[in-house]
Order: sequence, then C-alpha cells, then structure tokens
Amino acid sequence: MKFKAMTAVAALLVAAPTLGMADEDAELVVNGEIEMVTKTEPPAHLEGALPEIMSGWRFRSDETQQTQMDDFDNPGMIFVDQAQAAWDTAEGSEGKSCASCHNEPASSMEGVRAVYPKWNEEAGEVRTLAMQINDCRENQMGAEPWKYTGSKMTAMEALISIESRGMPVNVAIDGPAQSTWEQGKEMYYTRYGQLELSCANCHEDNYGNMIRADHLSQGQINGFPVYRLKNTKLNSSHARFKGCIRDTRAETFKPGSPEFVALELYVASRGNGLSVEAPSVRN
Amino acid sequence: MMKWIVAAIVSGAPVLAAAETVAPADVTFDDYGAVEQSLTGTPGDPANGAAIVGNKKAGNCVACHQISALSDVPFHGEVGPMLDGAGDRWSEAELRGIVANSKMTFEGSMMPSYYKTTGYIRPGDGFTGKAAEEPLPPLLEAQQIEDVVAFLATLKEE
Ligand code: HEC
Ligand code: HEC
Ligand code: HEC
Repeated sequence: MKFKAMTAVAALLVAAPTLGMADEDAELVVNGEIEMVTKTEPPAHLEGALPEIMSGWRFRSDETQQTQMDDFDNPGMIFVDQAQAAWDTAEGSEGKSCASCHNEPASSMEGVRAVYPKWNEEAGEVRTLAMQINDCRENQMGAEPWKYTGSKMTAMEALISIESRGMPVNVAIDGPAQSTWEQGKEMYYTRYGQLELSCANCHEDNYGNMIRADHLSQGQINGFPVYRLKNTKLNSSHARFKGCIRDTRAETFKPGSPEFVALELYVASRGNGLSVEAPSVRN
Repeated sequence: MMKWIVAAIVSGAPVLAAAETVAPADVTFDDYGAVEQSLTGTPGDPANGAAIVGNKKAGNCVACHQISALSDVPFHGEVGPMLDGAGDRWSEAELRGIVANSKMTFEGSMMPSYYKTTGYIRPGDGFTGKAAEEPLPPLLEAQQIEDVVAFLATLKEE
C-alpha cells in the first residue's frame, strides 16, 4: 500500500540518529558461557506474522546490552541473592521454607521457568510462575501471599529463572491451555484505549522503528523479570503489560488478573524458541 | 515507556459553547475522508499548530512522524511517513479529515483519531489507567485541529 511504502522510504532516507543504538549483529553470551538465542525462527502458530522472533535485548543500546553479559555487571543479580535467602527462610504456620520441600533451586527448578505459564491439572487453571509461588506460600507453607508484582515476588521469579537461563522458552498452547491462549491472542490484537492501539500495532507492525525516543522491540517476555535502568528494580511482565496498555489511554487490567494471565501465556508463546534470559537488563 | 503521546485537554471552555464549532459527532467526512467545513470558522494559526504537533503533551505527532521543519524538537519517530511536503500532497480539507479521524482516509490506520469522543474499547481517563466514561474529551480541540491543519498546509517541498 502506498503509505506503508512511503513509511519505509522515509525511514531509509532519514535514518534516526543511531546514537546509542544496538549493533544489529551482536550476540548475547552471558558470563562467557551461556549462549543465548536472541533471534530465531518464529513458532508455527504465528503463521508468518513475524519473519523471525527477536529478544528485546537486540533492540537495546550497546551499553545496556553489555550489562547483561556478565552477572557481576547485571544489577538484577542482587535480587537473586536476596531471593536465595528468602528461599531458605521458614515462614508461615507450617514452619517451612521453599528449601524444606524443594531443596536447592539448582536441582528442583531446572527448566521450570521455560514452560511457564503452564496448565495445572489439579487446580484446573493456567498458572503463571507468580501464581504457583503464591500457591506454595499459601497452601504449602501457610504464609501470606506476596504482592503479585512486588519485589519479593520478582526476586523469587528471577532466582527460579536462573535455572532455565539459555534454555528455549517452550510454553504449551494446546490441550487444556488452548482457550486461555486464544483469549490472550485476541487481546494482543485488540486496539485498546483512546489511542486505539493494539500490542501488535507497536510490537508486530513496527518493531525496529522509533516511536518518539523509544526503539520498538517485539515486546517479548523471555527476559522477564527484567531489571530496568529506568526504575532500578526487577519488573514483572504484568507490570509491563499494564504500562503499555495505560499508555494507549485505556483502562488497564490488574496484574495477576485472568486477562493478564491469558495475555502472558500468549506473549510467552510468541517467544517459543528464544532463550530464557531472566533477569535481563533493559532501559 | 515514556508517555509519548497527547495529553487530554484539561481545561478550556466547553466546546459546545461556541455556536460555530462543529462538535466531534457532527463532523461530515466525504467518501475519501476529507472534511470541507472548518471546525470553527476561525482560520488556523500555523505557529500554534507547529507547537501542538511537536509537543509531547499536545498532538505529539512527531512521536510517529519526522518533520524537517521541526528539527529543533528532539526524537522524531518513524511509525508514520515523513510529513515534509504534506501540504503539496493533500488539500486543506483532506488534511482536516486526516487529523480529525485518520481512519476515514486510511482504513485501519495506526494514527490516533484526534477529534473523536466515542466508540473506544476500554477507554481510560488520560494516562491514569483508570476507566473513563464516554464521551471522552477529544485529543485535540476544534481550534487546535484547525491550527494543526494550517501548519501542515505550510509543509511544501519547495
Ligand atoms: C510443603 C512443601 C512445599 C513448600 C514449602 C513449597 N512448595 Fe513449591 N511445590 C510443592 C509441591 C507439592 C508442588 C507441586 C509439585 C508438582 O505438581 O510438580 C510445588 C511446586 C512448585 C513450583 C512449580 C514447579 C513445576 O515444575 O511446575 C514452583 C515454581 C514452586 N513450587 C516454588 C516454591 C517456592 C518459591 C516456595 C517457597 C516460597 C515453595 N515452592 C514452597 C511443595 C512445596
Ligand atoms: C504505542 C506503542 C505500544 C503499544 C500499543 C504496546 N507497547 Fe509494549 N512497549 C512499547 C515500548 C515503546 C516499549 C519499550 C521498548 C521496547 O522494548 O519495545 C515496550 C516494551 C514492552 C515490553 C518489554 C520488552 C522487553 O524486552 O523488556 C513488553 C513485554 C511489551 N511492551 C508488551 C506489550 C504488550 C503485551 C502490549 C499490548 C497489551 C503492548 N506492549 C503494547 C510500546 C508499546
Ligand atoms: C501512532 C502513530 C501516529 C501518530 C501519533 C500520528 N500519526 Fe499521522 N500517520 C500515522 C501513520 C501510520 C500514517 C500513514 C497512514 C496509514 O497508512 O495508516 C499517518 C499519516 C499521516 C498523514 C498523511 C501522510 C502524508 O502523506 O503526509 C498526515 C498528514 C498525518 N499523519 C498527520 C499527523 C498529525 C498532524 C499528527 C498529530 C496530530 C499525527 N499524524 C499523529 C501515524 C501516526
């Protein structure tokens, strides 16, 4: 179409200032040993909607990219240490810690993050990692649930994610999870708010383009929880969804709501094949 | 993410007060999306229009468009086409239609509709993330639209 073509031409002629822009061909290797897949073939369910899937890491500046390449530079790792302490601390009426039942995360949590959100047969629902953690706290430990997007929760998610770093995201979208996945897909393409913008408008149709001062990525969640330089803490995917929907001048959904759980499953599935990067670093 | 686009008009006299002002629901688009009639009857002020186009808290059109005439404003986006020469490509009526409701000219466009108050999915109260009742205040007031149109008309290649 005429105007799309013009857009491309305009972008070529007046390339935005490349200042601080990422090197398109850089590859992510963490600690000199974990080789991350940050760009790969799209999963079949995308049916050609994206020619390739790319981690948000690829869209960040060289400096931001580098902070994620070594755990000593990655500010998100501090929270992982804090979560390890929480893991070993007994809490609640049962006097148990996570370690009481799960021993060390290195053995018990290997590969877990890569397959969440995941259908839980007993509960008959799709569970996010945060939901599962709170389920253990409430029903196994007799402890108070953590705030869904709070710092204790994001830290624990990061600790668990570490044990999947470098593994491909591989959430199941069929069987009992399918209707939830479909709900999430529908949300992804819904143009919310007074600005009438869908996730796809920005993250599918315009990734790689600048929107004002922001370099649009594909909005993937393989890096979550994400340490953001902007707010100097770990951020959950639901907090990100909330911000993105709010910025379309829309009424958002609540973190932890069934809607955001469905959206998380769908967005995660768009990244099936990318490496789990959490805790990643973004601006 | 930054609040990269248009803040609602908070103050200003109720739009209905001025008799000549065409209300958002009463704007007449032709088959191609153009709007012949001025929304206010008062000629637009291009200087004010330029300010609205470049201002993050007003039109913030530069979030998506590059405009050489506004090169002093930082960070122009690349989501939409460059607007240089828009005054050659489009008549005033067409520009008014594009700004008032771009979807009447470009079906399904990603460009927001600046003079529309109803028909939204989960409309919010500005950037609060809270629900808002329709009709919402339009993203730009009638005279602001006229000012923006007057500015766009000055964007000639020569
Ligand atoms: C009293 C024992 C107990 C305690 C204490 C406990 N859990 Fe669990 N946890 C379980 C059981 C049982 C399961 C379900 C096992 C299954 O179905 O795979 C589970 C499952 C999980 C899973 C999902 C694993 C998977 O493969 O899907 C995670 C993640 C988890 N727990 C985290 C935690 C965390 C974090 C804590 C501490 C805050 C904790 N658990 C405390 C018993 C416990
Ligand atoms: C108006 C454009 C816009 C819309 C609409 C939008 N986003 Fe975003 N989003 C951004 C920008 C800008 C960023 C920050 C830069 C980047 O990573 O793209 C961002 C970042 C993200 C990130 C973080 C990516 C990372 O690697 O850390 C996720 C996840 C995300 N968005 C998901 C969504 C989802 C889901 C929706 C729909 C509910 C959505 N976005 C709608 C503009 C948008
Ligand atoms: C969210 C991004 C976005 C914003 C914000 C935006 N536009 Fe657009 N605009 C577009 C896109 C995309 C097109 C291309 C039309 C299409 O095919 O959808 C466009 C097309 C146009 C055109 C016609 C293109 C041409 O030939 O010159 C004009 C004029 C225009 N916009 C003016 C504006 C003005 C004025 C504003 C601010 C009041 C604005 N736009 C805000 C995305 C945007």
